[in-house]
Amino acid sequence: MTVGRFERMATYGFLVLFSVVAIYPVLSIFFLALHKKTDLVTGFALPTSLDFSSFKAAWTEGKFATGFKASFIVAATVTVVSAVLSIGTGYAFGTMRFVGDRVVFPIILLGIIFPYEATVIPLYYDFQNVPVLHWNLLNTYWALILPQIGQSVSFGTFWMRAFFRSTPRSLIEAARIDGATSFGVLWRVLIPQALPAVMTMSVLVFTYTWNEFLLALVLVSGSESHQTAPLGLSFFAGAARASDPTKVAAAAVLVAAPILVVYLFLQRHFVRGMLSGAIKE
Amino acid sequence: MLYRATGPSSTRRCIDLTAHAGRVAAAHPERAPRRLPRRLRNARAPGVPRNIGWLYVLPGLVFYGLFTLAPLVHTVYISLFSWDGLTAKTYAGLANYRTAIADHVLLWSFVHSGILILFYSVLPVVVGLALTAALTRHAVRGFRFFRTALFLPQLIAGVVIAQAWSWIYDDNGPLNAALRFIGLGSFVRPWLGDFTWALPSIGGIGTWVTFGLCMVLFVAGVQKIPSTLYDAARVDGAGPFREFYAVTLPGLRGEVLVAFVLTTINALRSFDIVYNTTAGGPGGQTLVPSLYMYQNAFLYNKVGYAAAVATILAAAIFVLAAIMLRFGDRGEPS
Repeated sequence: MTVGRFERMATYGFLVLFSVVAIYPVLSIFFLALHKKTDLVTGFALPTSLDFSSFKAAWTEGKFATGFKASFIVAATVTVVSAVLSIGTGYAFGTMRFVGDRVVFPIILLGIIFPYEATVIPLYYDFQNVPVLHWNLLNTYWALILPQIGQSVSFGTFWMRAFFRSTPRSLIEAARIDGATSFGVLWRVLIPQALPAVMTMSVLVFTYTWNEFLLALVLVSGSESHQTAPLGLSFFAGAARASDPTKVAAAAVLVAAPILVVYLFLQRHFVRGMLSGAIKE
Repeated sequence: MLYRATGPSSTRRCIDLTAHAGRVAAAHPERAPRRLPRRLRNARAPGVPRNIGWLYVLPGLVFYGLFTLAPLVHTVYISLFSWDGLTAKTYAGLANYRTAIADHVLLWSFVHSGILILFYSVLPVVVGLALTAALTRHAVRGFRFFRTALFLPQLIAGVVIAQAWSWIYDDNGPLNAALRFIGLGSFVRPWLGDFTWALPSIGGIGTWVTFGLCMVLFVAGVQKIPSTLYDAARVDGAGPFREFYAVTLPGLRGEVLVAFVLTTINALRSFDIVYNTTAGGPGGQTLVPSLYMYQNAFLYNKVGYAAAVATILAAAIFVLAAIMLRFGDRGEPS
């Protein structure tokens, strides 16, 4: 069906406008970060020269070497462990029937909508003095890893179940007739097929975990060596924004950079994952 | 029905039927033919219902149970106590909830959240629909490129977003510069420090975060509407508006629903952005329930009350999500 030339132009005009709006705030702190501390930056802050000194200063003064290390350890552990666990739960809920499955699945789904705001208070007090064991897990990586595995399993189960349900049942039956055990079916038949879905899930879980702020603020802010990158940025901004906005801008760009790089290469996974009903932010 | 989006529904239905047949056989073992030898009488249909499923569910369930479900229940439990987090708890029944009902600060924090929902949810959905209406009129080339840009705000950490927008709203920042440039110098202000404008300014950040998601969601949804419906509408002489109301909007029902649920939950848990831009100020004008919960629990040592606030917030999220899903379910052709 033909549509007027004007309408076509207007559509693209809209798209370009909205895309610019989406990108500009990120671009604007990048521009700000490219200035020197001594520059009086105002307005659109288009950089006149490329000066990366603020990045270097932010990296050392904001102690982002430790922040990045903590964030990587936490995000990688959460991603790998919850992927393994979710493949298991998704496989069971997607392909098997067992006593109580109808009750347990909705309960696991609940975790998708409830925010950490609803669990962080008991997590703080129970990690301070773990019931029965009397350990203090506050200010350790465990305090961030364990709750985030718990909640990622909820999204992962939802995601992997949807995938396993969509694989042809005949495939599983054929493998079973050939004598494969339930684990054999999963390992040799389903997982090779499921790799793209697992990838999508992992990319999302890694991003959510990398970006998580409230848990880090409450559970590890007492230990400088365990602070994640976003928490470090929050503290650094509180201390330095008034005196040196360019340095804080550089720090913000640094914290966003790993996810942005992953996004550039794996954007298909991000879009697919978030569109197919990822209820968690 | 939120997970309807994955996979072609026709295959799904086939799978459902097979699974159903197995279920029937499993639920009614007495229906098995009488002549079967005893050892086979209780046998299941081959390969279908097996409690081995628990073996695969259990590890994940343990983590979920210990670190998500148990704390959720524990929050509700703590909310029944008067507790400063240090000394022994004393049982207080529903006293914390009575305090909450009378607490004007809490009430205002929910009002602020309600206003934020307009910005995080209603505005992006309306903008997204408007643009989608334009996009359905013809094929858009290079949408993948635009999609990359539009989706970008979704993956940036709240703390980083807060820094970026603190600069945009800064005295010397781009927004004020733009206002001066177009001759609206009288509107120049420190947006996040302004008593009246701080909350809408935070709302603006929320709109920015969610509008791309809504648009991409809707445009993807429109592509699933059969083009014959559009052809029919055009043959019947429908204009752009008629076409939108008669074809696009009903076709996007599911997507609009998902968008509302996602963005409303986002609005209710706007902790990262508020904490890192205004921290609730100026004068409590941007205080939201999650921040109020945090302050009570970890700054004022009113842990029992904070748990009550957390419970109310969680209940609000649950009820809103349930209402939207129920509302969206009704009358939807299966």
